[in-house]
Amino acid sequence: MTQAKTDHYTNSALKIGQVDNYPDRVAGEFISKVVSNDSVNGEYKLIVVEVHEAALRAYAGQMFHLLCPSPDSSEVWMRRPMSIYRINRDARQLEFLYKVEGRGTRGIATLNAGDEFNIAGPLGHGFTLDPQWKNIVVLGRGVGLATLAPLSQLAADNGVGVTAILSARSPDVVMSRDLFEACGAKVVTVVDTDNSSEVGNVEKILAGLIAEKKADAFFTCGSERLLKLMQRLGREHNVPGQVAMEQIMVCGIGACYVCMRTFEVNGEKVLKRVCRDGPVFNMQEAVAW
Amino acid sequence: MVDLSVRIGDLTLQNPVTPASGSFSWEYNDVIDLNRLGALVAKTICREFRWGNPTPRMAETEAGIIQSIGLPGKGIEYFMEHIVPEYARFKPPLVVSCSADNIEDFAALAEELSKSDDVAVVEANISCPTRNLTGQNFAMHEGYTRDCIQAMREKTKKPLWVKLSPNAGDMVSVAMAAEEAGADCLVIANTFLSLKIRTDNFRPALGNKFGGLVSPALKPIVLRMVYQVAKAVKIPIIGIGGVTCAEDVVEYMLAGASAVGIGYAAFRNPTALVTIIEDLEKWCDARGIKKVSELIGAVKDDDMELDTLVAASKGV
Repeated sequence: MTQAKTDHYTNSALKIGQVDNYPDRVAGEFISKVVSNDSVNGEYKLIVVEVHEAALRAYAGQMFHLLCPSPDSSEVWMRRPMSIYRINRDARQLEFLYKVEGRGTRGIATLNAGDEFNIAGPLGHGFTLDPQWKNIVVLGRGVGLATLAPLSQLAADNGVGVTAILSARSPDVVMSRDLFEACGAKVVTVVDTDNSSEVGNVEKILAGLIAEKKADAFFTCGSERLLKLMQRLGREHNVPGQVAMEQIMVCGIGACYVCMRTFEVNGEKVLKRVCRDGPVFNMQEAVAW
Repeated sequence: MVDLSVRIGDLTLQNPVTPASGSFSWEYNDVIDLNRLGALVAKTICREFRWGNPTPRMAETEAGIIQSIGLPGKGIEYFMEHIVPEYARFKPPLVVSCSADNIEDFAALAEELSKSDDVAVVEANISCPTRNLTGQNFAMHEGYTRDCIQAMREKTKKPLWVKLSPNAGDMVSVAMAAEEAGADCLVIANTFLSLKIRTDNFRPALGNKFGGLVSPALKPIVLRMVYQVAKAVKIPIIGIGGVTCAEDVVEYMLAGASAVGIGYAAFRNPTALVTIIEDLEKWCDARGIKKVSELIGAVKDDDMELDTLVAASKGV
């Protein structure tokens, strides 16, 4: 008797082309295939994977839980949640934009075209557009821009105008500009190197958009100070908003209650699960971290 | 094809693969068909509303994760009204884990849970290592365990499963006390009390300081505990600790477990429980095993000679 033991138990995970015989499926564990995994700039990489079509029911703001290969001699014990950068239904591909930073993302960075990559999802509640909104403002910084990027497509599909204010340390690490522009968004770039990313300046830009009636709703991700700014302007000018949050996560399904964050609902502090109750939340309920 | 069913007292499970309490909820139905599982095991419920512990609630270590959740829940009334029906939609029996910090509340929970026909089993979580800051719990002591289980036994006719702590100094004595007090099954074991300190800021990595270690690394240790307890009690045992594949289920059954609980593997691979059930079936079929229950306690160790010189003379 041999004790055959493969590393990851994935034979119930869906591979490309397999028949999905589970009618109640909302999310899945998928064996995707890496199409490309290239550097976008000195800090960020974009991984494109081909997936089973059941994974393509994903929408903007949702995430996948990625089983990262180890970048070193130790195990990476938990999956890493990552928001979807782009859903390409025609090519049956998902794209994830990531900053190579911790052990999980360093592990993802080792994947090559043709490799198998186990991803679970789509998970959580993403962005939603109220049919009454004609123009929205998207404000993000750093890797948060990757999360906001699919909003550009969602808005374009719904005939909603977008102003995207993209904040970054320097012009060379401004993410998602092309994606927003390709969808017809008006893009404003603000960076630390010329101080244009300062809260005072961003506030001026937002106030201008509110005055021009170009801000029916706010969307943000990736910066505490920008969240606070949008919360304040949103309260003052009655602009609804949504924010994508992150937290250390274990199951991704809503079972383990590891990924809790504090929210304020009707003046009362409550805890919510980022994985299932979010990751996109009512901006006014979010408590800055 | 192998018959995967196992009996836990009067209750029959269609297979020996169950989720471990705390790591599972009905929401897993998004990803797998819950009707395939041996049982459904709800997160531990308490009488009172609890937010649970401060974040961070999980940290990775070199050999697994440590986590400290703190039994969040909306209390027993909300649970009976809103959570039990979520599970009742599915066929496998529902095991409801419950916890309290005193015997009166444990007994009250047993009584309350027994009122629902949809609750098949009351599981006494007397071993949660992260309910409070000290890591203490009833299952670390023979006397507290006996008193608590006796009090619960008086309040319920449903199968009463008792989840033991690997942090007890002498688990076999605690297990025997639980059996004497009327337990129908022993669930071995809860997580190992652990600590991680960050070297960048000198602070404990978890919001509640201590956590429970969750890892495949626990398997040989808990397997040993199951083996030892199985030799000392007559009631069935459910083994929980580091099961990631069908062979691990087989090992636990050989050691004396009638079923297993799985936590970590389903965190890593949300479809793991279904995979393990399918692999267990294949494993048995490949070996001509007709009933998986034949494996329970079938470890071949009767002839093992513990005297080195005698063993050597026999050529063992």
